Amino acid sequence: MALLQIAEPGLSAAPHQRKLAVGIDLGTTNSLVATVRSGQAETLGDDNNQHLLPSVVSYKGGSVIVGEQAKRDASLDPTNTVVSVKRFLGRSLNDIRSSYPNLPYDFDELSPNSPLLNVNGRQVNPVQVSAEILTALRLRAEQSLGEELSGAVVTVPAYFDDAQRQGTKDAAQLAGLKVLRLLNEPTAAAIAYGLDSAQEGVIAVYDLGGGTFDISILRLSKGVFEVLATGGDSALGGDDFDLAIVSYFREQLSLEGTLSKRLHRVLLDKAKFAKETLSDVSSASITFLDDEQQTRELSITRAAFEGLIAALVKNTLRACRRALKDAELDKDEVLQVVMVGGSTRVPYVREQVGGFFDREPLTSIDPDKVVAIGASIQADILVGNKPDGEMLLLDVLPLSLGIETMGGLVEKIIHRNTTIPVAKAQEFTTFKDGQTAMMVHVLQGERELVDDCRSLAKFTLHGIPPMAAGAAHIRVTFQVDADGLLNVMAMEKSSGVQAEIQVKPSYGLDETQISDMLKASMQNATGDMQARMLKEQQVEAARVHEALQAALRADGEVLLSASEIDVIQASLQVLNAAGKNDDIDDIKQAIAAADAASQIFAEKRMDHSIKKALAGHTVDSI
Amino acid sequence: MNYFALFNLTPSFVIDTTALAASYQQLQKLTHPDKFATASERDKLIALQKNAQVNDGYQVLKRPLSRAEHMLELRGVELQHEQKTMQDGTFLMQQMEWREQLDDAQHAVDPLIALEELDDEVAGNSKALIDELGTLLEQTNDAANESAANLVRKLKFLFKLRHEIELKEDALSDF
Repeated sequence: MALLQIAEPGLSAAPHQRKLAVGIDLGTTNSLVATVRSGQAETLGDDNNQHLLPSVVSYKGGSVIVGEQAKRDASLDPTNTVVSVKRFLGRSLNDIRSSYPNLPYDFDELSPNSPLLNVNGRQVNPVQVSAEILTALRLRAEQSLGEELSGAVVTVPAYFDDAQRQGTKDAAQLAGLKVLRLLNEPTAAAIAYGLDSAQEGVIAVYDLGGGTFDISILRLSKGVFEVLATGGDSALGGDDFDLAIVSYFREQLSLEGTLSKRLHRVLLDKAKFAKETLSDVSSASITFLDDEQQTRELSITRAAFEGLIAALVKNTLRACRRALKDAELDKDEVLQVVMVGGSTRVPYVREQVGGFFDREPLTSIDPDKVVAIGASIQADILVGNKPDGEMLLLDVLPLSLGIETMGGLVEKIIHRNTTIPVAKAQEFTTFKDGQTAMMVHVLQGERELVDDCRSLAKFTLHGIPPMAAGAAHIRVTFQVDADGLLNVMAMEKSSGVQAEIQVKPSYGLDETQISDMLKASMQNATGDMQARMLKEQQVEAARVHEALQAALRADGEVLLSASEIDVIQASLQVLNAAGKNDDIDDIKQAIAAADAASQIFAEKRMDHSIKKALAGHTVDSI
Repeated sequence: MNYFALFNLTPSFVIDTTALAASYQQLQKLTHPDKFATASERDKLIALQKNAQVNDGYQVLKRPLSRAEHMLELRGVELQHEQKTMQDGTFLMQQMEWREQLDDAQHAVDPLIALEELDDEVAGNSKALIDELGTLLEQTNDAANESAANLVRKLKFLFKLRHEIELKEDALSDF
């Protein structure tokens, strides 16, 4: 849920300067940061010129270590070293345990809906762990670019639901990033390839990462990337290949019963090694020490490995077929197939996907880097470095949104693969005389039963005026923004009373928890937070002031009467004065007042620009 | 909200789909939130709301049935799908027959072919009703509007049936 608006750090004060923006691929296994420099999109390396940052966070005493060094700790100290945390975002403890039964972590049993890990005497949630990875990437970018970032585009699997997206966005904000946009990973890959070759036509993006699988079907035309359909599985990836190999090892070596956490981690590492080796040669051998300190040896052939993953790969192809059907296209209408994600290095995966679409998949851009590169191109455009850019992304909602109705059924309000942003209203009525509150349960998924869909949140509508049963008409509007995040508004129609909504996300963190985390991180941060927040408000005030002045110059006399202009000018004077002082609340109030004074003007301008454009006149930008 | 006006099209059942698509692309470029990434929060919200209208309008105008519904709505004709009961006995009989065929399809020698044949028949019927709907919507008197509303209700039945045929096909095709 989009629950909160937080002051956004990192705004640059000089509006006409080129701004620094990055694209971040927060991956299950590895993460990357990329930027556009002198017209070239490139990933950024660390001091040792390593570009991939392992998505591993190790907690030791008071310190937190991220990346390669943490990865080395994984088998030495598995309980306090968090790997593949992306799989836990927006998930309940039950979900996590049923998907990954052998995790070496110490979860707090008292917090089932918003999982907490006990690591070296402290408690962290998946958002905080993800924020550590993002912070490491932010610092890397700021260090190598020598400046504070204006904003970031952070990628998510297209198939991520609302809770997972919100978790990602919260983590980015906690890491001190201004999120310009959450971008779907396959769309990012399409940008990287599409802008490279200036293609036109339909492309399929097959994205198999460490923990997630996505398929997207896009149409490219004249700089517009239109996602036609998307599908996938947010819990299927290379990690499952590893687990399949571990099961095979155990079976072959008769390793029964419960393994120690150490041995489980060792076997996972060996499985990963075997999988990677088998991409180049037809057999891989491993050795390790079992729990009795005996040396064990074994080898696995490529054919055996392919047998282990065949069913998993078949599942991905089924999702491809489904996405094509949703896009109302045949396989032969697909012009190109783009491969994304480390798991597409597996030759069997390439063969199967190539066979399915009957064409050689594109792999010219490093599948590990392509998402970050695409995200950085989008970030560069969003931050305003390419004011005349024609590129536009039209994305879709990956999973249907609905509400619970009588009998535990789900009524769909917005269907999957609907272009976003989207807003749909639904009317509810009371069923008892004098009823003043009502509960709405929002779900996401394709199935008919509540129990088979993902519970997103329960809203209680308060403040409904007491009326006879069925007389109150409550209009609930579900709005999904360009990030794929849901927002809910409610109004009682006959009285016009805006019903108050209390949001309780079913999984993950609520508003209070997020703001507490932010406060805590600010207290720990170096530098004067108060001064930074003031500066941000002043920048925002200047931005609102400048934009409104420009708007008045352009359209004021056409759209407004002299007295209407005076009202806006007066609010601008107040804003100007407030912006010169250092009272944050004062500035906020002045911005809100200027917004209110110019609301109708802004709406008129939007309509005016549309009319002008559609009538054949040219409008550069609004 | 008059979506024809938003897309600068004359309200009509027969529309120029190329002009619709061109307006859509232009409206996207003017209203998509990404074009407002550096704007103030208020302007972002206005763009978001306008863009959601553009997306909804495109979906409504693109498909004949929703386009017809929208035209009737603009003419002040209440459709009340759920409340109004279908009076046409012949139509209802036909519906029941088709539904039986749908249930029986899975026992056919080749269920997929049986479903395909059924779908072809329902599709042919829908096409005829849509043509009739177009003629009715050219007139604007109350009687024609009422008949058009009736046809819309019938078409909803048929579209629902076709959706169920599709679900059956999906279930049989190993998705």
